[in-house]
Amino acid sequence: MRSNPAEYECVAPGTLSSVLSLLTQEPGVWLPIAGGTDVMVQYAAGKLPARKLVSIWNLPELRRIEGSDDELRIGAACSYTDLRENAIVEREFSLLATAAAWTGGIANQNRGTLGGNIVNASPAADSPPALLVYEAELILISSRGERRVRYSDFHTGYKQTVLAPDELVETICLPRRFSGHAAYSRKVGARNAQAIAKVSVAALGHVSNGAVDGVRIAAGSVAPVPLRLRGTEAVIRGKTIDSRLLRSARAAAISEIRPISDIRSTATYRAAVLGNLIVEFLQKLAGANQ
Amino acid sequence: MNSVSAKLEITLTVNGEQKTVCVYPLERLLDVLRQKFELTGPKEGCGEGECGSCSVLMDGVLVNTCLIPILQARGASITTIEGLAGPDKLHFLQQSLLDCGGAQCGICTPGIIMAATQLLHKKPRPTLEEIKEGLSGNLCRCTGYTQICEAVVEAAKRGNAE
Repeated sequence: MRSNPAEYECVAPGTLSSVLSLLTQEPGVWLPIAGGTDVMVQYAAGKLPARKLVSIWNLPELRRIEGSDDELRIGAACSYTDLRENAIVEREFSLLATAAAWTGGIANQNRGTLGGNIVNASPAADSPPALLVYEAELILISSRGERRVRYSDFHTGYKQTVLAPDELVETICLPRRFSGHAAYSRKVGARNAQAIAKVSVAALGHVSNGAVDGVRIAAGSVAPVPLRLRGTEAVIRGKTIDSRLLRSARAAAISEIRPISDIRSTATYRAAVLGNLIVEFLQKLAGANQ
Repeated sequence: MNSVSAKLEITLTVNGEQKTVCVYPLERLLDVLRQKFELTGPKEGCGEGECGSCSVLMDGVLVNTCLIPILQARGASITTIEGLAGPDKLHFLQQSLLDCGGAQCGICTPGIIMAATQLLHKKPRPTLEEIKEGLSGNLCRCTGYTQICEAVVEAAKRGNAE
């Protein structure tokens, strides 16, 4: 059933501080809307619980990408196109550029935002695995001030986050210390364009003296939240990549995920494919260092 | 009717002409274009940003109008398929689609042309891969895409010659 626009209020105060004071006055009442690629879909389907929306699209405070010596700071309302066109993202954070390219077609990349992808909190979203392996931190802002949280602590359950009702994600901070790592990512879906992932993986690895001395792996669509595979990393770290490690890494990955069967895939398929992707990552990592 | 909203005046530029409408802020740009301005080039296919049939350029950027609340189009400059052709001559992309058999039932065609317009603006000589990526948000159920891609290749030649 289509929604009736007369039942929805939408305002665009135009500055971050005025948006934050609105969120403070009526916490939980106002739903921020950026590019609308999720919110307007729910609205069109008559499934948008909020009746009052506040536009944060094009707020200049949220649309900057700034590099300092030790981190890249991405405004939460930067679009996937903004990410793809940024030279530092392309050079040092290729997993994020790839995730941005995976997200929908060009029109949705022009409107969908990194902050939106984070707060929408789908375990199948494209950018979270990349953000997890880059060890992103988020700056959350409200009229009360700002706080910095590790992205790995942001999702607390299916579609649940630590974001307070009066808070916005303001900035995504990526430490600039992984450019020496080999990057691997795969999204497995029904087709390449416009498909939601059945399983996705983002990983970084570094090998020296024949052993893996750096490894970070995260996966999407295998648990209620985007998941960093720390147990699998522990199995891999310090080891030489050989057939025994491939077997033990595959087993470790499968044991630490909690996949479900749903409209897009089955738990069995997801576990099998995730295991294959971990093996492929390690094989490529070994190949890159021969 | 359970109304929490009031209509407001929104001014925007559509195909070079400044227009003002009185609408609810969450009305979709697609509905305003089609119903208030009678620009029926943008089509409603899926209504959820998957098919690209409703796409236009907003301030030069390709967007799906089914996902744009009209409030966010305030002050914007919109180009629809109706704004591309000259008074007595088709746009070279339109002509290429016709010449290459890239337009069949026609529902997806306006969106395809708007996406191709953005593509050729950013990449005047796109590779086939770049064409496929540029049009990946536009679904066509008739052509199988081969003729559409050929038409964009042809249009790139014509556009660069003009």
